[in-house]
Amino acid sequence: MAINIKEIEDLKQIAKKIRYDVVKMIGLAESGHPGGSLSSTDIIVALYYKLMNHDPKNPNKKDRDRFVLSKGHCCPALYAVLAELGYFDKDELWKLRKTGALLQGHPNIKIPGIEANTGSLGQGFSVAVGMALGCRIDKLNNNVYVLLGDGECQEGQVWEAAMAAFHYKLDNLIGIVDRNKLQIDGCTEDVMCLGDLREKFKAFGWDVFEIDGHDFKQIVDTIEKAKSMKNGKPKMIVANTIKGKGVSFMENNVGFHGKAPNKEELKIALKELQ
Amino acid sequence: MEYKIKLGEKKAMRNAYGETLVELGRKYPNLVVLDADLSGSTKTGMFAKEYPNRFFNAGIAEQNMMGVAGGLARTGKIVFASTFAMFASGRAWEQIRNTISYAGLNVKIVATHSGITVGEDGATHQMTEDIAIMRAIPNMKVIAPSDYYETKNVIRWCAEYNGPVYVRMPRGNTKTIFSSEEDAKFEFGKARLLKEGNDLTIIATGELVPEAIKASKILKENGINAEVISMPTIKPIDEDAIKNSNDFIVSLEDHNIIGGLGGAISEVIATYGLNKKLLRIGINDEFGISGKAEELLKYYKLDGENVAKRIMKEYTKQ
Repeated sequence: MAINIKEIEDLKQIAKKIRYDVVKMIGLAESGHPGGSLSSTDIIVALYYKLMNHDPKNPNKKDRDRFVLSKGHCCPALYAVLAELGYFDKDELWKLRKTGALLQGHPNIKIPGIEANTGSLGQGFSVAVGMALGCRIDKLNNNVYVLLGDGECQEGQVWEAAMAAFHYKLDNLIGIVDRNKLQIDGCTEDVMCLGDLREKFKAFGWDVFEIDGHDFKQIVDTIEKAKSMKNGKPKMIVANTIKGKGVSFMENNVGFHGKAPNKEELKIALKELQ
Repeated sequence: MEYKIKLGEKKAMRNAYGETLVELGRKYPNLVVLDADLSGSTKTGMFAKEYPNRFFNAGIAEQNMMGVAGGLARTGKIVFASTFAMFASGRAWEQIRNTISYAGLNVKIVATHSGITVGEDGATHQMTEDIAIMRAIPNMKVIAPSDYYETKNVIRWCAEYNGPVYVRMPRGNTKTIFSSEEDAKFEFGKARLLKEGNDLTIIATGELVPEAIKASKILKENGINAEVISMPTIKPIDEDAIKNSNDFIVSLEDHNIIGGLGGAISEVIATYGLNKKLLRIGINDEFGISGKAEELLKYYKLDGENVAKRIMKEYTKQ
């Protein structure tokens, strides 16, 4: 089902709101990962507001689509979306990373809507492979989505999982790489070059797509297409994104990979996102 | 109550594992099994043959296997994941910690080929640290059955219990302690008294329980009456059994004396300020060597005869 112009505008508005919450929650926590949260916001918004079959009132319903945030450090974007959709009280967002709070620094299944404990890179991808396998055993007509960081693809486990997903013929598994080209120590190609990720996943037997990860039409159309291709192959979407997207001084700024804005920066950022 | 010990024929615990998986496959339609290219050795291949649609080979990729196990558990499956102890607990330690145990997922990691008795393959394959590193993970339970029959009951318990468990068992055929499955009752978290004795207590785990029994016989001939306790559950450990034991305790394990059964017992002694002396017999913080299992047991002085000798040397009435 193609996406219309009004829906795209709606998603844009929602994404802006989510980005506002992301920056605010990390600012209040004085800790967290704004860069990758902002680069992946549009993808997560499109999944939860347009593409996935899920129910905030019944987070464990059996035939739901599942989303695994393998790049777990970007959970502020996911938390903000889950809160906005009613999985838990929105006030929880402002207690992110605080002692005794619901929202941990990285995803935990104790949080309603969270599917896997992730944060140690590479591991969520394998969990998603296992879920896709489990859903197929149960003959569920659903999909499992997994969002990977590009830097995360330096983990050997990612390629173990990629090999397995092809071997098990998991066409109910859709991976998305948030290709923002930066990791903590700098540009991915300088730290440990990933080269052509499309070709790498193709060589592992996946159907691969490349999109602009901030273009809702491309995100939605491509994932819809990937969902429809029941050809026994897992799907990988390389989504080109901008780290820190939406906040002028965070965009393409590696300094905001894992650093919270200070009070002054927070004020400016929130103003930009209003 | 004292158990009348009669060491039986040699039978492999891993065979009991494979046979029990097949039995459990019938009972639990949601039970699935994973292996990392060692299904012939771990005996999960027996399940694979019977239930090919519920067996998944992960290839030589243990880290991914643990993640896939976690994902399957998140879809309501009872998951058994097997490979050698070295690769299960070592290679995939962090996946077990972060993906499985942190989330409390229903995954049973059944690791075969534990300890020095792996034999000829040598140090790279002789896992003598797994109890220590698995025990240190919150949520994780650690079990080392002592014979073929007990293994069957341990595996059945694993399928019933909802949560992560690490089970270690050796490669080789070891003498049975019990005469049947009924006889080999397994009570999670409970030690089992095998022989009464009021001079000292030998607490052994896994494949070395038969050696503890042999040692106790030699000790008896030498006028020392040793109590023998089997400790199949290492975490949580049976604290009462340690509190109620004689004041000279010997721990016996095919594992480093640091962090394993001996470590766990010493924690209990220290925690409760028990006035007991502990002699830890195991691998003395060193890497193994190649050799036949039985020869290695002697080389590392873990066989009944050497254990008895060591005890006679160090034992003084408390």
